[in-house]
Amino acid sequence: MNYVLPTVEWPTVMPVLIVVVTGILAVFIEMLWPKRNNNVIVGLGLVGLGLAGSSVLKQFGAPDGVTFGDMVVRDQVGLVMQLLLVGICFVAFLFSEGYLREKQIPFAEFYPLALWATAGGMLMVTTTNTLELFLGLEVLSIALYCLAGMSRQESKSEESALKYFLLGAFASAVFLMGIAYLFGATGSLDLNAITSVWPATTPMHHTLILFGVGMTLAGLGFKAALVPFHQWTPDVYQGAPTNVTGFMAAASKVAAFGALLRVLMAAAPLQEFWFPAMFWICILTMTVGNLAAVVQKDVKRILGYSSIANAGYILVAVLSHVKSPDKVGLGSTFYYLLAYSMMTLGAFAVVSLSAKGGKEGTRLQDIHGLWSRAPFAVVCLVVFVASLIGIPPSAGFVGKLFIFNDALAAGLTPLAIVLAVNSVISVYYYLGILQAAFVSEEGAVRNQSAKPGIGLNIAVLVCAFGVFWASFNATWVQKTATGTSVSQAQTVSTTTSPDRMGPSNPE
Amino acid sequence: MLGDFMPILVLVCLAALICGVMVVGSYVLGPKKVTPYKSSPYECGVMPLGTATERFPIKFYLVAILFVLFDIEVVFLWSWLTIFKDAPTDFQVFSGVDVAVYLGLWIVGYLYIIKIGALDWDEATSLAPEKLEASATVAVPAQASNQEALA
Repeated sequence: MNYVLPTVEWPTVMPVLIVVVTGILAVFIEMLWPKRNNNVIVGLGLVGLGLAGSSVLKQFGAPDGVTFGDMVVRDQVGLVMQLLLVGICFVAFLFSEGYLREKQIPFAEFYPLALWATAGGMLMVTTTNTLELFLGLEVLSIALYCLAGMSRQESKSEESALKYFLLGAFASAVFLMGIAYLFGATGSLDLNAITSVWPATTPMHHTLILFGVGMTLAGLGFKAALVPFHQWTPDVYQGAPTNVTGFMAAASKVAAFGALLRVLMAAAPLQEFWFPAMFWICILTMTVGNLAAVVQKDVKRILGYSSIANAGYILVAVLSHVKSPDKVGLGSTFYYLLAYSMMTLGAFAVVSLSAKGGKEGTRLQDIHGLWSRAPFAVVCLVVFVASLIGIPPSAGFVGKLFIFNDALAAGLTPLAIVLAVNSVISVYYYLGILQAAFVSEEGAVRNQSAKPGIGLNIAVLVCAFGVFWASFNATWVQKTATGTSVSQAQTVSTTTSPDRMGPSNPE
Repeated sequence: MLGDFMPILVLVCLAALICGVMVVGSYVLGPKKVTPYKSSPYECGVMPLGTATERFPIKFYLVAILFVLFDIEVVFLWSWLTIFKDAPTDFQVFSGVDVAVYLGLWIVGYLYIIKIGALDWDEATSLAPEKLEASATVAVPAQASNQEALA
């Protein structure tokens, strides 16, 4: 038998390991002391995430490479996305416990599941192996299906979980079929095989590869909520418990874009085929997301549609990079993902205040009078909304500016124009949220909200501070995230190891 | 390349054709004498009783899904064992450690299932009232009020 033992570089896989083991420890704590509150588990989770974050940070500046038999990649994309995912989970943990208690669903299982979802996302963004990608996607998704249905008494939550599960399983199947096509055509499970095999193969293989890339993109498009695959987003976001929605909106988008980025960069040689499709998907995502958000009456649905629109903005940055990797780096993609995560997670954290005594209302009139009950949180909400709209000086504004410039530099002027127009449309519904929070309580149907706990205050403070900090240190953030000297184009070529299998030769 | 898949395509077409001919043929040629008894749902020859949309305990689903999970685990072990016996020693050690970790994770899951009573038929898992308390020690009156709120 001809088997070479894979080399294992532990520091590279350490962040994922730490997150997974923290989740397992949390389960043990729950098993040993089921009749305690979750404070210990929250503390353990935060410590674990902090350790994982620091072990990611330590690797910044380390040379790119692959380990675990080419299954795990270390490069800037992976490191930045991992750090984002860990940060998202950390902030979500900060405000979750208070919300879950108010909603009377403080099941300790939330914490391990969220940790494992994070680990799944971290696997997704640090690999070019399609099977590993699928594995990460499933670990992330299945944990999220369970979390979405966590509020078992609410039919809306059950609907959300079931809908997410059925559609997600379908999308996963499409994704898996795409992998099968790619494997059939390239003879390798590695994404980079597309790049190497494409020029040397026959039109028949080209068809198979195109099918494969198309289906893979569809599967990831579902996760990232790009427009033809976005139908689940508002319903799931509305039904899931608000802390889960915040986590899901940020984490699954970061993970999906990490994977999407790798697929698109690997498929760059055949972009004449998929680029027009992605171009229109991008325009549709921005436009449909924003137009549909305008007529919504529920805060979580508005934010759900806003996350669709934001996926469109991020896609502009990704497409600009793939179109002309020499002129446009990945800085804006990273930057906007960071900004998006902070403002969305922060906004959902504030919205989570509308739960009290086991009940929750998230319609616009339900958050009437929030200003008088939780002034600090609402001030932070103003920051998040300003950033989502794109008012300077906020990270949302700087991010959109970067993406706008990228699109112009890459010669994608139509996308830049659509982005600008959509930013203007979005002002209307974002201001609607703010207005609802400031309106006095008279006439509110269910004017109740929880007292913000210390965890929530810290969470929104971190997010709001981050929004300003990132806007004032934009260049530094970009430079650190992309690595000072290594451009992304080089990264990909170095991670393509020479001993990949060549094109398959079906006789 | 298409030649490789041609037999499968022919098989698919043939299967569809034969099934189609059978179904359409029996529909077109068969005599149709509808009686209320014949058009009622087939229940092994017994007259159907009650409604078809009866509710049954969700426990079945839980047990079924747990069975599938542990079943799949054995499938993975099977494929590992088939190459394990003839493999060189370093592979046996390496993959042995891998599988030990893998099985360890399953054991954690199994302990968890037993601990929360997922396999106890009568047990309904519900939230422990202590979870709602801000501090680890539980005051009795607060517990009572919380149970009331949960009920």
